[in-house]
Amino acid sequence: MSHSAPLIHTPDGTIAAITKALGANLVSIEEANGEVAVHIHRDSLVECMIKLRDECAYQQLMEMAGVDWPDRDPRFEVVYCLLSLTKNHRIRVHLATNEDHPVPSVTGIWPVAGWLEREVFDMYGVLFSGNSDLRRILTDYGFSGHPQRKDFPLSGYVELRYSEEEKRVKYEPVQLAQDFRNFDFLSPWEGADYVLPGDEKTGEGPAAPAGADKTANKEAVKRTARKPKATGDKA
Amino acid sequence: MSMQQDLAPTTGDEVIQNYTINFGPQHPAAHGVLRLVMELDGEIVERLDPHIGLLHRGTEKLIEYKTYLQALPYFDRLDYASPMAMEHSYVLAVEKLLDLEVPIRAQYLRVLFAELTRIKNHTLNIAHHIIDVGAMTPPLWLYEIREDCMAFYERASGARMHAAWFRPGGVHQDVPLKLLTDIAEWLDDRMPRLFEDAMSLVVDNRIFKQRNVDIAIVSKEDAIKWGFSGPMIRGAGIPWDIRKSQPYDVYAKMDFDIPVGTRGDCYDRFMVRVEEVRQSVRIMKQCLQQMPEGPVCSDDRKVSPPKRAEMKQSMEALIHHFKLYTEGFKVPAGSVYVATESPKGEFGVYLVSDGTNKPYRCKIRPTAFSHLQAMDFMSRGHMLADTTAILGALDIVFGECDR
Repeated sequence: MSHSAPLIHTPDGTIAAITKALGANLVSIEEANGEVAVHIHRDSLVECMIKLRDECAYQQLMEMAGVDWPDRDPRFEVVYCLLSLTKNHRIRVHLATNEDHPVPSVTGIWPVAGWLEREVFDMYGVLFSGNSDLRRILTDYGFSGHPQRKDFPLSGYVELRYSEEEKRVKYEPVQLAQDFRNFDFLSPWEGADYVLPGDEKTGEGPAAPAGADKTANKEAVKRTARKPKATGDKA
Repeated sequence: MSMQQDLAPTTGDEVIQNYTINFGPQHPAAHGVLRLVMELDGEIVERLDPHIGLLHRGTEKLIEYKTYLQALPYFDRLDYASPMAMEHSYVLAVEKLLDLEVPIRAQYLRVLFAELTRIKNHTLNIAHHIIDVGAMTPPLWLYEIREDCMAFYERASGARMHAAWFRPGGVHQDVPLKLLTDIAEWLDDRMPRLFEDAMSLVVDNRIFKQRNVDIAIVSKEDAIKWGFSGPMIRGAGIPWDIRKSQPYDVYAKMDFDIPVGTRGDCYDRFMVRVEEVRQSVRIMKQCLQQMPEGPVCSDDRKVSPPKRAEMKQSMEALIHHFKLYTEGFKVPAGSVYVATESPKGEFGVYLVSDGTNKPYRCKIRPTAFSHLQAMDFMSRGHMLADTTAILGALDIVFGECDR
């Protein structure tokens, strides 16, 4: 370890203790980058959290984060960051869910979860059953959509202005004077997922993955045709 | 006719309804754009519903579209009262994913300026807390200190507020020696003189105490349940400070004390901040004494850009410069949650990398979120005028709360 980030020392036997406490509800537990991440089943969340708080002494819920993984099923990941004041240790609890299946609320264990769940709901549309006040929190009154989802455009769908004629604030569809530009600077030799301009003419370009059949290549050409213009999402 | 008679109040049989008032969003004591919907029984607060998000700018979404370096200035704009403390969490999170070593001088410089930021933030908060409960002179004197801090910011980074000076791998530029000697002189003379002068007017002031002592008492259990951190949890009597318990940069080498409150009221939270300013002065003096000479940014060419002079001589340096400012550096896939002790409490960054040059997800843990949420239970049963004292002692900045 050479970085100078906050020093978190994982006491010996922490992983074994958590594994024992959670039992069958545990999906997996791993230590990466010096942090312990616990993956659990969605429905056993409340039970697990009570065990982690009371048996493993993680007293504080510091943070909840949603993450959108459009390629995964279920799509959303909800992350709870727990802190133990007595053991001076942090863990993260991960669970997966989608927009149809609500996550049990932990407001009964930590009242601070109220707003944190509201934020995840607002940003991702993940529902929390048992949260009595699941309103939007950060977005505008009457907002629709869940802006942190990866398929939500950065520019949004509506823009707001004051109309001098109507003497009121108006919502209108976003109109950009210039295309939204999102350059892909990733080196084409290291990991960029498109065919280099010009390579599509050779039929089987060097950048195309080995064993790619014709349909795959056609798709790649289609993607190249779109790519240089703008990957930006326009409303 | 008969209905009117039923509704008409008769002596001794008044029916008083609770009424709801709207505090803010444009109110000088709201510390920004906070809208409080308050249900009052006479002048007693029955229920309080903070409406936030009026300053939501989609920072987290924007960061997902920027490279790691381009995302950094967004952090200055979160808590604009303590910009460098925000950068600190982010650069440490990136460095943790990269497992990047930071030169020792850069670590000292970061701690020095993080503590300068703490002074800057606390003088602002203390000033506003005092102004919210009715005093005028101390804030004007405290603004002198804040002004000095911003002058030091400018001399180090070129900007008075949005510094963008901390970088993954170190700091952007070294500071001139004259700046360090000037800070040392300021810490010895001007800063304590101004600060203690201002505090002598407030800390034992009868009116100030009447407005703050025993207002919004938070027990240790409540502080834990509601996710408090920073001066809020210390004001409740729990000696928890990330600088001490999970030290980062060179905090492990620093000698400082953690003030804690005894009653958990607004006055305790205020006094914790006052004492933290004095401790910050101690830390800064130690930094200045111990700081060695040396490089101020990592020598990892794949992360930190080369010096301009080097670029005139070396082809590789030129290529690295070009690549770092177009493609940026790639961060290995993984996720970390890094929290530092910002002046307002635990400021965390949950950073998810998918191995490309842009953060896949950057969740910012604002300090204000949990504190403001607790305002409902803290205000219940107090007078309407106490809400400004409670809000002042929470230390809220909306750039950070709404993101």
